[in-house]
Amino acid sequence: MTIAQIIFLVVAGATLGSAFMVVTSRNLIHAALWLVATLFGVAVQYALLNAGFLAVVQVVVYIGAIAILFIFAVMLTRKEIRDQGPQLNSSWWLSATLSVVTFGGLVGMLWGWKDMAHTVPDIPPGFDSISALGDALVSPDAFVLPFEVASILLLAALVGAVYVAFNRK
Amino acid sequence: MNFWTDPLKMAADWLTGLLTGWGMPEGVAVGLAAFLGIFVLIAILMVIDIFLVWLERKVVARFQDRIGPNRLGPFGLIQPFADIVKLLIKEDITPANADKVVYNLAPILSMMSVLILWAIVPLAPQILGIDLNVAALYIIATGAIGTLSIIMAGWSSNNKFALLGAFRQVAVMVSFEIPMVASLLIPTVLAGSMGMNKIIEAQNIWFVVLSPLGALIFMIAAIAELGRSPFDMGEAESELISGYNVEYSGMKFGMFYAGELLHAFTFGGFWGILFFGGYSFFGLEDVSPFLAIPILLTKAVIGYWIIMWVKYTMMRIRIDHMLAFNWKFLTPLSFVLLMVTALVHVLFKDTSPWLYGLSMLGSNLILGWVVIEFLRRFSRAEREKLEGHAKPAMEAAGH
Amino acid sequence: MVPLSWYLIFAAGLFSLGLFGVLARRNAVAILLGVELMLNAVNINLAAFWRYGTITNMAGQVFAIIVFAVAAAEVAVGLALVISVYRRHNTVVADEIDMLKW
Repeated sequence: MTIAQIIFLVVAGATLGSAFMVVTSRNLIHAALWLVATLFGVAVQYALLNAGFLAVVQVVVYIGAIAILFIFAVMLTRKEIRDQGPQLNSSWWLSATLSVVTFGGLVGMLWGWKDMAHTVPDIPPGFDSISALGDALVSPDAFVLPFEVASILLLAALVGAVYVAFNRK
Repeated sequence: MNFWTDPLKMAADWLTGLLTGWGMPEGVAVGLAAFLGIFVLIAILMVIDIFLVWLERKVVARFQDRIGPNRLGPFGLIQPFADIVKLLIKEDITPANADKVVYNLAPILSMMSVLILWAIVPLAPQILGIDLNVAALYIIATGAIGTLSIIMAGWSSNNKFALLGAFRQVAVMVSFEIPMVASLLIPTVLAGSMGMNKIIEAQNIWFVVLSPLGALIFMIAAIAELGRSPFDMGEAESELISGYNVEYSGMKFGMFYAGELLHAFTFGGFWGILFFGGYSFFGLEDVSPFLAIPILLTKAVIGYWIIMWVKYTMMRIRIDHMLAFNWKFLTPLSFVLLMVTALVHVLFKDTSPWLYGLSMLGSNLILGWVVIEFLRRFSRAEREKLEGHAKPAMEAAGH
Repeated sequence: MVPLSWYLIFAAGLFSLGLFGVLARRNAVAILLGVELMLNAVNINLAAFWRYGTITNMAGQVFAIIVFAVAAAEVAVGLALVISVYRRHNTVVADEIDMLKW
């Protein structure tokens, strides 16, 4: 087993463990903080995949904005400082079965696929993934249209969020 | 290559050679040497941090017409060590009903968010942790961890004032991140890279000359990001006692405090790196890293001094004014500046350096003039709305 | 080196945990937390396929970035809705928000 594999297994285990805590912990603030740990683990996975830009954007967008927003939302939507009552609904065992079946189905479906054991190709020398990504995002024969649509979606979400959450006095 | 031109590589080679000589596998030896390098860097930073406490107290004393610490040692230099001893022997209090794990984790994260910034600070052309090609975004990412530590501290203390302070501080930090990103993109556009070394190498003319407005916006956003006066809404001693860290005592408070000072110093350094040429100073940096490091640290101290200067001469701004200032003024301005910079860069980059520099500076000055003119009209309209038209009468009465 | 299958199985595990969170949680904010886990699992797959496929084809990274934008938009609108419902009806339990119209 190489060092890269050991690092992968440790990070993946920690990420899945904190993801488990996200969906099971009773205290919602703790769930949100465990989400931060999960997101950080995913960022490390991006870094291991040589996607440095994605790793940094993951920290900026997910931890810096989304997780903070979650913590704010949890604090704004509770009557008392301590959580009460069960956090899972009555048919949680059905959901557990369904997610285990989903996991089994996904793994089983992938099992017979011939590219499963695909090893990582070498990065060609002189290849800069950041500039390639920048070119891909704005060049007309690549992804300029999805990029613009995403920006319009963000603008619409901004306006919608302000409109919905605005407190009319 | 010798010790005078590349001491870091020399030391690392010597250390790995020594360790492999003792029969250690090569990979482990390299890892151990890297770990030792990180350890030494952090140790030096903590020593610098101790003297930053002394510097801060001396400078604030001068601004307030006092002398500052002057009893222990020459110029009171031993004073910060006495402060540390005091913090260490203080009783460590955890409030009742506090969330213990989160409460203890917050100061660590706060300190960590500052220390990991130094992974990308180029002390000299050869001496830097890692030459990341997304370094400019990395600065923002560490800020996100700092934000997280503040909200964790505020929430876990189980104290209303702490929570209020954390809310305000996080609101400020999240909103001022946007002009910060935009102003970080200006050196990126000018240098054509986000890597710190490439940004420094591209500064044949310091970027502060090419984009003074960008440097100004970066400084304002950095001060807000640091939570320092005039943007110290999160601390606000007169209303929130001390904000998010009110329940912390002893060395846990000390970590917040030391982290804040080192953060300010680090951002002074980044101001120097991004807009004032970093370690370069008339080619002296090519002679030896032993000259480059003092140059960078001098620029960092100057940046830190400007942050302190602003802190101790400005009043605190009200929270709604602060957010309105960001969303209605600084954010649009930084985006317009980014667009103008990119446009001028594309139009003039193939012409002579003189024309390029003059058009870049000119576009900045024109934009600055338009902004000041706009602000003057806006504030005059506001003032007249507030005071009616009583002002001319008062002037006529001889005021 | 790490084979592609490890990344895919890891992402499948994360996706299933997110699915469990979405289906089993009562609190609407916690349901959104589960959605975030699922989106992250998808992103790991996209990044892994980019790295293990043709590396000069940036489609994987581009779509991962678009997923970031979608996630940010989803959280902003979703949490705004949750806070708005909480203001009017004093509950964030998804089972109790069942009137479709108020």
